Amino acid sequence: MLKINNLHAKLEDEDKQILKGVSLEVPAGEVHAIMGPNGSGKSTTSYVLSGRDGYEVTDGSATLYGEDLLEMEPEERAAAGLFLAFQYPVEIPGVGNMTFLRTALNAQRKRRGEEELSAAEFLKLIREKGKALNIDADMLKRPVNVGFSGGEKKRNEILQMAVLEPKMCILDETDSGLDVDAMRLVADGVNALRAPDRAFLVITHYQRLLDHIRPDVVHIMSDGKIVKTGGPELALEVEQNGYADLLSEVA
Amino acid sequence: MADTAITMRQVTPDIAEGGDADPALSARLDVLDLPAGGFTAAARKDALARLRAVGLPKPRDEYWRYTNPAAFNAPVPDPIPLAEQGPDSPLFLERKRLTLVFVDGAFDAAASDDLALEGVEVGLLSTADADETHWSGEIYGRLEAAAQERVARPMAALNTAAARDGVLVRVTGQPSKPIHIIHRRKDESADVYYHHVIRLEPGAELTLLETGMTGARSNFVAEVDLAEGARFHHITAKRAGHEKLGWGGVFARVAAEAVFKSFTLSVNGTMMRHEAIIDIVGDDAVAHVAAAVLGDANRGPFHHDDTVFITHSAERCESRQVFKKVLKNGAKGIFQGKILVEPGAQKTDGYQISQALLLDEDSQFLGKPELEIYADDVQCSHGSTTGAIDETALFYLRSRGVPRDRAIVLMVLSFLADALEEVEDESLREEISDRLDAWLTRHA
Repeated sequence: MLKINNLHAKLEDEDKQILKGVSLEVPAGEVHAIMGPNGSGKSTTSYVLSGRDGYEVTDGSATLYGEDLLEMEPEERAAAGLFLAFQYPVEIPGVGNMTFLRTALNAQRKRRGEEELSAAEFLKLIREKGKALNIDADMLKRPVNVGFSGGEKKRNEILQMAVLEPKMCILDETDSGLDVDAMRLVADGVNALRAPDRAFLVITHYQRLLDHIRPDVVHIMSDGKIVKTGGPELALEVEQNGYADLLSEVA
Repeated sequence: MADTAITMRQVTPDIAEGGDADPALSARLDVLDLPAGGFTAAARKDALARLRAVGLPKPRDEYWRYTNPAAFNAPVPDPIPLAEQGPDSPLFLERKRLTLVFVDGAFDAAASDDLALEGVEVGLLSTADADETHWSGEIYGRLEAAAQERVARPMAALNTAAARDGVLVRVTGQPSKPIHIIHRRKDESADVYYHHVIRLEPGAELTLLETGMTGARSNFVAEVDLAEGARFHHITAKRAGHEKLGWGGVFARVAAEAVFKSFTLSVNGTMMRHEAIIDIVGDDAVAHVAAAVLGDANRGPFHHDDTVFITHSAERCESRQVFKKVLKNGAKGIFQGKILVEPGAQKTDGYQISQALLLDEDSQFLGKPELEIYADDVQCSHGSTTGAIDETALFYLRSRGVPRDRAIVLMVLSFLADALEEVEDESLREEISDRLDAWLTRHA
């Protein structure tokens, strides 16, 4: 489903190379994790894949079902089935959560040539999806992420994922700032979305999220590259010995 | 010392020019056929004397530094073709209201509803001024004159002297529907002066809606006198192409426990200046002034100036100024806002925010917040920001599939939300918000 090949990227404004040849492949139905120390390029990978400004791809490719992601605008990537759950979901005062999500869903559907949902159909959908994530009508009515706690913001990200039904979900440090209960709720939400035609790329520092969202494959990233790939046991190794050991071993 | 001397010398000629010898003022007045007035006669005479004393505004005047008054000072305006109408249908037409139509500043009885609304006495300056007395005589030109004591406002004095029409509204009850004043144009070079007097008796309530376009140049004054516990809501929405060149001033006096709220939507206009001068004179009163301004200088210059002066002279009063400007293609926005807290106006709660969203690097916002406080137990705050679209938020919306143009519209509406919140009535707020949405979508 997602194929990243030899991806090189630098900051647009500075001569600083961040990704130095990332290659990985996530097949449909699988959950892959990317772990790595601070500054290794994990979040940059997610931004480059989703099309955030400020990065310049200098080499390599990234495709989703064979479509060149890097040629698309961020909204086109979303319509193609890519979703990035933000590490820091953005507050947008004055835009209702529900209005935002309906605008997003219908824009995606329109771009794909699908029928747009009516207000009533959308309301039914979002109520149903919200219930599972413990998101009540009040949260839905409030402006996007404004006044939400850390846990509520992350749950809201998962709600968006549930409503938009993307094919490829990237979770950028979704566990940061969450207590154990909130993390479990988020993980349950993600697990409920696991499907044969959907894949996940879970970016995290710590193994603990992976206790709840069990990965099929774990990649270790360092200095802009994937340096090691293995099974879930790789995450445990990181937890026990830290990155330094693992990286020295690779070097 | 040398600096002081130089300053003195610069000021002196201004004062001299402000006298009768001011040729610009003479030229300005020569082309006006000033009415003698009936009950307003004395007020008009006083206003003319005030105007002669201060002269026309000059670029060096403290409150005219950011807005060149030349276009307001010119004897006649340049004509503006009548065809220049915005693509939007007029606002508020679908709701229950008492409609009063003014064409180039003159009341059009045939196009208006009967002047009957329960709890309200609706009169017209044009007809009432044939008489020697009228209830509004105590207000006409008087609130305006009182405001001149602190800062000279020559355009307002000119209005009091020159206006021939406007509404004289006295409210004693709680009418079931708003009054809607619609302005229309007929003469492409009309230089329009209109003057409203609005008096709310104790406990009375009124919502006044004002829309449409008037004149090639317009000058309006609204004097609003709110008695104890009265509630007045003024919503002005100006359409695209409206008031290419306009000056307006609202002068309000707010008594104890009364509520004054105004919201102005301005969309386009070559040169506009709105002044709001509010005196809070009774305890526990509230005054909110808000504006949403959208300027796209794509098809010509855009300059919009909001100048506000709120005086607190009673205890436990609240004032709020919320001004938001969205500027594009070299549009220019100005905000000059002052909160004056008089000695003894304890427990004052004064708030002021002015913000500009610049959609490109050519646009400009100049803000001048002023606080002057002579009481020791007050809470006053002000903030002013100028910024571009938040790229992180923009990316967030786009990453969810919202197209870029639509995402920008959503973010602009988000930026304007605080100002729009000042429209209390939800259905009015939604109608205005939809209008903004349509304008923004067209100008995306």
